[in-house]
Amino acid sequence: MIRSMTISEKILAEHAGLREVEPGQLINARVDLILGNDITAPMAIEEFRRAGANKVFDPEKVVLIPDHFVPNKDIKSAQQCQFMRQFSREQNLTHYYEVGEMGIEHALLPELGLVLPGDLVIGADSHTCTYGALGAFSTGVGSTDFAAAMITGEAWFRVPETIKIIYQGKRRPWVDGKDLILYTIGKIGVDGALYKAIEFAGEAISNLSMDSRFTMANMAVEAGGKNGIITPDKVTKEYVQSRAKRPYKFQYSDGEAKYGQTLDIDVTRIEPQVAFPHLPSNVRPISAAGNVPIDQVVIGSCTNGRLEDLRTAGRILKGRKRAPYTRLIIIPATQEIYRQAMKEGLFEIFLDALAVISTPTCGPCLGGYMGILSKGERAVATTNRNFVGRMGHPESEIYLANPAVAAASAILGRIGGPEELGL
Amino acid sequence: MVYQGKTWKFGANVDTDAVIPARYLNTTDPAEMASHLMEDIDPKFLEKIKPGDVLVAEENFGCGSSREHAPIAIKHAGLSCVVAKSFARIFYRNSFNMGLPIFASAEAVEGINQGDEVKVDSEAGTIENLSTGKIFKVQSIPPFMQQLIEAGGLMNYVKKFKMKTE
Repeated sequence: MIRSMTISEKILAEHAGLREVEPGQLINARVDLILGNDITAPMAIEEFRRAGANKVFDPEKVVLIPDHFVPNKDIKSAQQCQFMRQFSREQNLTHYYEVGEMGIEHALLPELGLVLPGDLVIGADSHTCTYGALGAFSTGVGSTDFAAAMITGEAWFRVPETIKIIYQGKRRPWVDGKDLILYTIGKIGVDGALYKAIEFAGEAISNLSMDSRFTMANMAVEAGGKNGIITPDKVTKEYVQSRAKRPYKFQYSDGEAKYGQTLDIDVTRIEPQVAFPHLPSNVRPISAAGNVPIDQVVIGSCTNGRLEDLRTAGRILKGRKRAPYTRLIIIPATQEIYRQAMKEGLFEIFLDALAVISTPTCGPCLGGYMGILSKGERAVATTNRNFVGRMGHPESEIYLANPAVAAASAILGRIGGPEELGL
Repeated sequence: MVYQGKTWKFGANVDTDAVIPARYLNTTDPAEMASHLMEDIDPKFLEKIKPGDVLVAEENFGCGSSREHAPIAIKHAGLSCVVAKSFARIFYRNSFNMGLPIFASAEAVEGINQGDEVKVDSEAGTIENLSTGKIFKVQSIPPFMQQLIEAGGLMNYVKKFKMKTE
């Protein structure tokens, strides 16, 4: 008899050509898609060449996206992108996305239907875990893993033990996926799921939009997790059926599957959360944030740069202006999101609120460009990391929050929630 | 292999932005990466270390981004290995793949003070604190990962076992 398995174990087993796998087992598995960006791919391409390889294993399954430092922030970045572009042309890659069609990789791939439920995906970017929201097993790796997979179409994995987190109850107003995941990281810590799979489950997850699910899976890595995964359902089906250009498979955890740990979270008690400097686990409910003046607000990134996030920001910014000395930077994650936000009149609202609207880029999230912080400055960001120096000067501070809190804070000029604006 | 040197001790959750800030990721040159090692924690760090020195840290070393620039910067700055209570997943994987020796041992980290001289013996699986005389055990490595190390990293492993000879 085959052992009962979790959804993560099932996907790994299938791609390793095994009937079953168990936590701790080292396997070699076939990958459906591999991904690199302008930070990680150049190094991988050099290794690919050094190994004497000539051709990638499948030009339709190697995705290269310049998104971190593009449009090129400086000469060195331009050279990195050029190197990656030349490789993409030489290898005739189907999925290379140039500026003007590119987006932040973890928003773009699902949007284009390149990642689908049941897939096994590795990406040379830590937030590759985002696609778990679709019921795929996806995880971040480094450049060498990416280089090896470009040659073999395979990767090695240690099958992770799974932590199941069950979210019960109805969300309060202005609470979304970002708050659930920040609250969770606050509870289990930045290494609370080290080397493990996190399975997000429960009524509150079923009631969550696809965009909010992406946000949750995206930050699994901030708890140390190997992947974050959500069982596919009708929300997933709705999202993928118009996008998929190849067959996909909904996988489910067996009823008898073994979990390393199960955690219950009562969602009704969760307020909008703010992660204070300098760890994503350093969370407080918005009511306990105190008076923290803010110099800059960033709404964007692979965590919260999707349409739902921009719509939420729009509801708060409508008819209001940002505080006089607080910069507000809004970055739609893909061209499609950009276009849709414009169509819906959100740009009008943002511009009236004195926000700047940027082309898609990871830019400020990792202190690249497009909103670097000076010494002593504080930012509220809808991004994923508030480490020392992450957005600029080592003595700057980052407060992580959802788009509603970020927008409200921009108006107030200090950390605050929409309720302070009577919303 | 034996690695011996003075220790440089850091706290918990040293993230890859601290190891090498993202603003320097626009290069593939290892020497350039190494020149920014730990810059935001200690701007004078590179002036203090000597070849062979050992980096020691508490839990979850290398958390955050997947940048392989982090283990590369450590290696090319001349540090011989890293000893930590635990390592973040991608950093752990990257280190094995690209050949930076790393050792997990909570008790060793507890028993090492900043500046102690240590000797790490990878075959014996021990870390000896030469300043105090105490010896600690290293957490064992799965056989496949031992194979990776013996092959000289993942790319050499792939070349040896996966690529067709033309």
